[in-house]
Amino acid sequence: MTRVLHVRDLRVSFPAPDGHRFHPVDGVSFSLDRGETLALVGESGCGKSLTSLALLRLVPPPGRVDAGSTIRLGDTDVLSLEGEALRRIRGRRIGMIFQDPMTSLNPVFTVGDQIAEGVRAHLPVTKAQARERALALLQEVGIPDPAGRLDAYPHQLSGGMRQRVMIAIALAAEPEILVADEPTTALDVTVQAQILEVLDQLRRARGMAVLLITHDLGIVAGRADRVAVMYAGQIVEEAPTLELFAHPSHPYTQGLFASVPRISGPVERLTPIGGTVPSPTAFPSGCRFRPRCPQAFDKSELPPDLLAVGPDHRMRCWLAEGRGGRD
Amino acid sequence: MSTLREALGAVWRTPRGRAGMGFLAFLALLALLGPLALPEPFRQFDLEELANAAPSVDHPFGTDQLSRDVLSRVVSGARISLAVAALAVGLSVTLGAAVGLVAGYWGGVLDAVLMRLVDGALAVPRLFLLLLVLSVPDRVPLAALILLIGTTGWFATSRLVRAEVLRLREETFVRAAEALGASRRRVIFRHLLVNAAGPLLVAATLGVGDVILLEAGLSFLGLGVQPPTPSWGGMILDGRPVLEAAPWVSVFPGAAIILTVLATNLVGDALRDAFDPRGA
Repeated sequence: MTRVLHVRDLRVSFPAPDGHRFHPVDGVSFSLDRGETLALVGESGCGKSLTSLALLRLVPPPGRVDAGSTIRLGDTDVLSLEGEALRRIRGRRIGMIFQDPMTSLNPVFTVGDQIAEGVRAHLPVTKAQARERALALLQEVGIPDPAGRLDAYPHQLSGGMRQRVMIAIALAAEPEILVADEPTTALDVTVQAQILEVLDQLRRARGMAVLLITHDLGIVAGRADRVAVMYAGQIVEEAPTLELFAHPSHPYTQGLFASVPRISGPVERLTPIGGTVPSPTAFPSGCRFRPRCPQAFDKSELPPDLLAVGPDHRMRCWLAEGRGGRD
Repeated sequence: MSTLREALGAVWRTPRGRAGMGFLAFLALLALLGPLALPEPFRQFDLEELANAAPSVDHPFGTDQLSRDVLSRVVSGARISLAVAALAVGLSVTLGAAVGLVAGYWGGVLDAVLMRLVDGALAVPRLFLLLLVLSVPDRVPLAALILLIGTTGWFATSRLVRAEVLRLREETFVRAAEALGASRRRVIFRHLLVNAAGPLLVAATLGVGDVILLEAGLSFLGLGVQPPTPSWGGMILDGRPVLEAAPWVSVFPGAAIILTVLATNLVGDALRDAFDPRGA
């Protein structure tokens, strides 16, 4: 396995009105191998989108990535890049698609134009060659009548078609990594499945690594190789997908599963997680899930590290100490 | 309404838009081709017999006190008025767009400084400033007139463009373009400027009417286009002493001003509705 992305101790900070800086992303570490899909799961405001923007150094000012963070893309230290070198990473080595396909395309240019722009931003090709590639990409993402759609404007396409176009744009320069930030949240359920299928096919065909960012555990099953659950700016549990679904261990992950309806099995009352997501300006001390955690105990007053619960399975909870040797 | 062609199509489909566009097209054609068929605008036919002659078959708009053909002067005046308006508005739209893009894109101190300067410039009445500057030299060349009108007309435009850029910067497609490695130049010109083109075009169209009025007013005061070059404002000035005896000398250029400004405002209005997302 070739490691394509290595993120260590990523901290993103913003200035607070009182002059301090707060950290919506606070010490996130993960890595991505070639051809692998890692799902980053969490509620709104947990820092997952900001994490993805930090990978491309697109954290909106006055936010910034703090010193001591590491983002390594192959042999490249992303945090040391500036200007043109940075531009050459964006789209070329990491492609990105966004949540809302209604607004992520430029309304005044045809889709063919926009895909060609992505190609020509990074590859030395002529306009005609770029247009040919745009056509091939539209075909690859499964758009019917690609030749006819090349000259369509975004508003002439449905949401699902637009997201396919967005994927084509993101893949235009053949990146090693695709970051998909809530790629299906704005789409109908049937279209969601199609888009996820397209992403999966492309990943397999190109050996691309995918970072799938979502709040929806439902779309993770069967799509991701590994899952990292984020809460309050930190990864609280990380495991291979099957392992996580079989043995969700962190009380927060368990809460997430308890709040998702099941199709099989007896009808049960859904159990929501009590309380609300803490604001990044005021994360609780100790374990950040403590105020909402039904299993909190004395030791939760201290901040836990990621502790092993099983092979390749770690969680940020002191309860792991009792179960480290499960199985 | 996203693309320019669609917006122009929508303008054409409204009665006022069609009337405005039709008149402007007719006027532009007339200004281009009319002088070929009409007598020379400086030609004095017969100072004794044909001064202040009433409209007739030979001279449909009559003649002025120097026995010059009013119709051919109105048509030549259209050339001057439209050229001055187009060039001056072109200049102010360029300046306004440039300052607005810079202020909106870079923000921060640069934005604050530029916008405070614009606030200050907007506090100076444009007409008085122009009167002051134009009254100093004996003769103002046409190019200088265009330059002066153009450089004093971009302040409001720069605010408009800045506001659009601030809005567009937050749009996902701009972030998406950055995320996919678009250069700064591409982001600014392709993603920000082109999407701000709608409001900019509306402002420019309405600005044309303003500039025609401004130039006519300055020429009427003798500070704009200098005689013998025919201009609508200057012709009204020429006709003033004979207003009762030969009203046609000033009425026809006056009507030309009114119709032209009305037409540009109709088009500008229809354009604004076409670009209005709420749909009017």
